[in-house]
Amino acid sequence: MPQVMSGDPIVRGALSIGVATGVYAVSFGVLSVAAGFSVVQTCVMSLVCFTGASQLTFASVIGAGGGVAGALPPALLLAGRNTLYAFSLRGVLSGTVPKRALRAQVVVDETTAMAHAQPTIHAKRRAFDLTALCLFSAWNVGTLIGAVAGHGLGNPRDYGLDAMFPAVFLALLAPQLRGPDAVRAAVAGGLVALALVTVTPAGVPIIASALGAVPVLLAAERRRKRVRR
Amino acid sequence: MSWWPVIALCGSAYALKALGLVLGERLDREVSERWPLQTVVVPVLAALIVVQAFSTGRHYALDARTPALLVAGVLVWRKAPFVVVAGAAAGTAALLRVLA
Repeated sequence: MPQVMSGDPIVRGALSIGVATGVYAVSFGVLSVAAGFSVVQTCVMSLVCFTGASQLTFASVIGAGGGVAGALPPALLLAGRNTLYAFSLRGVLSGTVPKRALRAQVVVDETTAMAHAQPTIHAKRRAFDLTALCLFSAWNVGTLIGAVAGHGLGNPRDYGLDAMFPAVFLALLAPQLRGPDAVRAAVAGGLVALALVTVTPAGVPIIASALGAVPVLLAAERRRKRVRR
Repeated sequence: MSWWPVIALCGSAYALKALGLVLGERLDREVSERWPLQTVVVPVLAALIVVQAFSTGRHYALDARTPALLVAGVLVWRKAPFVVVAGAAAGTAALLRVLA
């Protein structure tokens, strides 16, 4: 059964992303309740907002007394990369309007990276949906546990989970580095982020790094024109 | 706490996602075939790795995450399964912190 065999890595990938995210969701639940949100409000945020970095930032700024006016801009800068992701997923987010509207809700780092790491459009769709399913379940169950149980569950850092996320994204980036153009875009993006991370608000380095793709796209366009001539 | 902050965050987060979807669908087929949109995500993922591995807030940081990423890099290069890469990175960082 070659199809089931080839499908295995996607399922395993989606499940392991779900486990790691679930533990992080617990820490969001704890943080959000400590910041003054009720358990219901905390769970609604995870269900409806569903973008981890933004939620964590939002709750911590409000918890620190920053108010909504202080908390919303950084949260939205972090959520802004989802716009780029949804844009890049043209053709992957298929289906009727309600289906696409539903899929738009689960466009985040992990689902996008898993989708683009696959070679075919069919595998991309499957990876997107399966990762979304695992991620959404884990994020919301984890949030509920954290919000109800509160402190005493330990720090995710102690389990090395903060080191797990860069490793996960590296594993998801590697299959996308086909050809020198993609490698150049990745290096440029990494350098842009590294240069900005100490001087701009959170979220800006990530969005700005997309500019790393511009010279590569322009070079590809020039080559194309030369070939045509 | 009032519900307004929750509604503001949820509404704008979804709007940002939907905006990308709508913009992507508006693109010409020809444009999206010529300029693979996936290229936009490659530098963003690289940035995500760099920021999550080498910074804490707005400061550079070299800590247990750095060797963990190196271990992950070797495993990715050797084409290790996804779960192994993720587990080895977390294990490396956790172990180094216990030892420290």
